[in-house]
Amino acid sequence: MTRLYRARRRRNGLAMGISLAATLFGLGWLVLILGVLLWKGFGGLSVAVFTEMTPPPGATGGLLNPIVGSLILTSIAVALGTPVGILAGTYMAEYGRHKRLTSVIRFVNDILLSAPSIVIGLFVYEIMVFPMGHFSGWAGAVALALIVVPVVLRTTEDMILLVPNPMREAAFALGVPRVYVIRHVCYRAARAGMLTGVLLSVARISGETAPLLFTALNNQFWSTDINAPMASLPIVIFQFALSPYEGWQALAWTGALIITLAVLALSIGARALTASRKEP
Amino acid sequence: MGELMAEIAMRDGTIAVADVRARSKVLSRLRRSDTVFHAVTRAAAVAVLVILGAVILSLIDGALPALRQFGLSFLYTERWNPVTEKFGAIAPIYGTVVTSLIAMLVAVPVGLMIALFLTELCPTWLRRPVGIAIELLAGIPSIIYGIWGLFVFAPFLQHTLQPFLIETLGAVPGLGMLFAGPPYGIGILTAGLILAVMVLPFVTAISRDVFETVPPVLKEAAYGMGCTTWEVFRHIVLPYTRGGVVGGAMLGLGRALGETMAVTFVIGNAHRISGSILAPGTTISATIANEFNEAVGDLYTSSLIALGLILFLITFVVLAVARYLLLRLERASG
Repeated sequence: MTRLYRARRRRNGLAMGISLAATLFGLGWLVLILGVLLWKGFGGLSVAVFTEMTPPPGATGGLLNPIVGSLILTSIAVALGTPVGILAGTYMAEYGRHKRLTSVIRFVNDILLSAPSIVIGLFVYEIMVFPMGHFSGWAGAVALALIVVPVVLRTTEDMILLVPNPMREAAFALGVPRVYVIRHVCYRAARAGMLTGVLLSVARISGETAPLLFTALNNQFWSTDINAPMASLPIVIFQFALSPYEGWQALAWTGALIITLAVLALSIGARALTASRKEP
Repeated sequence: MGELMAEIAMRDGTIAVADVRARSKVLSRLRRSDTVFHAVTRAAAVAVLVILGAVILSLIDGALPALRQFGLSFLYTERWNPVTEKFGAIAPIYGTVVTSLIAMLVAVPVGLMIALFLTELCPTWLRRPVGIAIELLAGIPSIIYGIWGLFVFAPFLQHTLQPFLIETLGAVPGLGMLFAGPPYGIGILTAGLILAVMVLPFVTAISRDVFETVPPVLKEAAYGMGCTTWEVFRHIVLPYTRGGVVGGAMLGLGRALGETMAVTFVIGNAHRISGSILAPGTTISATIANEFNEAVGDLYTSSLIALGLILFLITFVVLAVARYLLLRLERASG
């Protein structure tokens, strides 16, 4: 009996040890990736990175045009995608809460949420780039917006569903029409959560590369013309990292560091936003 | 009545009526704005369905020329020759499936063990930070994994794990062909391992969430009988959450199948099927990312779009099954 007992204890200890090791393994990757990024990218951080254009091979320069390009693309994408996501999420949580349509949309949206982003790029190429005859910032922004919609929709629906029904009922009892209940009661109560969704979607698209490859393409020069090909940070990293030039590779690492820090700050900020929401 | 109505005033100051007639006018305006808002939100919701439909239709439309030209043989031929315009998809499909399988083989057990740690072993105050740290792995953009994989991970594998595998397992008859050839660094195995790190947070997060749905009574009963933590996990928690765990794994698989940039950096882009997992290969997404902009000729472009269609259909099925399994668990737990 004691031998069996010891064997079980040993097995349990072994399993717990493995689970601890697995956790350290997972955390190790995070530390390793961030460490390498800091080590390789930090040296390249300078004012020039934010004030100069991407250089030709062999010369020095910065990442100004891709940074600005990324900011423009991301802002347009969020401006296009957020309203659709919020309105659709509102419908699913309010007007159509128990409708069949809602469960179908939720299912489809969850699939879009994890759909391969390169396919979104192909789709936008087919419907925008090919008919227009040229690559453009608009196409890139639309591709990114298609990634924003499912993220915002999902969080909006979840957050509005969390609003307690008595709050709605109290408003209805005053004779307030539904549209006002939604806008002044539900949105107000769910505001922090909805903002989290938007921040998460920004974090998601600011590192997206695949959907921009055949939509916004790239631009070596300063350009804020949204109707023309537009540079973006991820694409420049892709191009520079795979190039044989050391200067370009160093810039790619710096760009990678900038993106990662921005994305991590956004995701941590989004989490802090929901965590600190103590008052209703 | 009139006086009573006159006192109604809304926050925005939109309603301040003096008599019943004005009131009915305001009411009908409110009703109208409610109808409009209802219609607008429903249109936005339906737009999501339209997007999915449009994606599928446009991919089918773009893929038609290639599918007409090659028929079903597109699915099982290996040649990929832009010069003679002969295209077949089996090499990228093979690469996609094998890299994803490697990723799942690593990520699922590790993810489950991390979830076990987070739900049973970890002190409560440490749960949230560790959970968030693991989830941050999911937030790192895939291009970062790519550049990191190419410059740090691939050389590391080339000098350590791969020579080791060739020397030990490479000599084993049968199994050895999986580890044949020189250590390139980049290749199927490297891509699979990078994918494993990328899907690890998804598997972990979902496993942890479904483990938490196990009613405490079940676990307490087992503990009360003297079961160890591992026995409770193995015989109570895992059987209870099997559907959810499989669903989470499939969700990770869906991610791995469609992952583009990280794989493009480290796969090596060789359009052939090689018995060895150390050899370079290609995946559907890497092929599209590398070749689409350089593709000349309608047939070439169309073949790449056909690849995209295949990828979309595969991931669609995998994700649909995953969602179905998770949904069932959600319903069961109320």
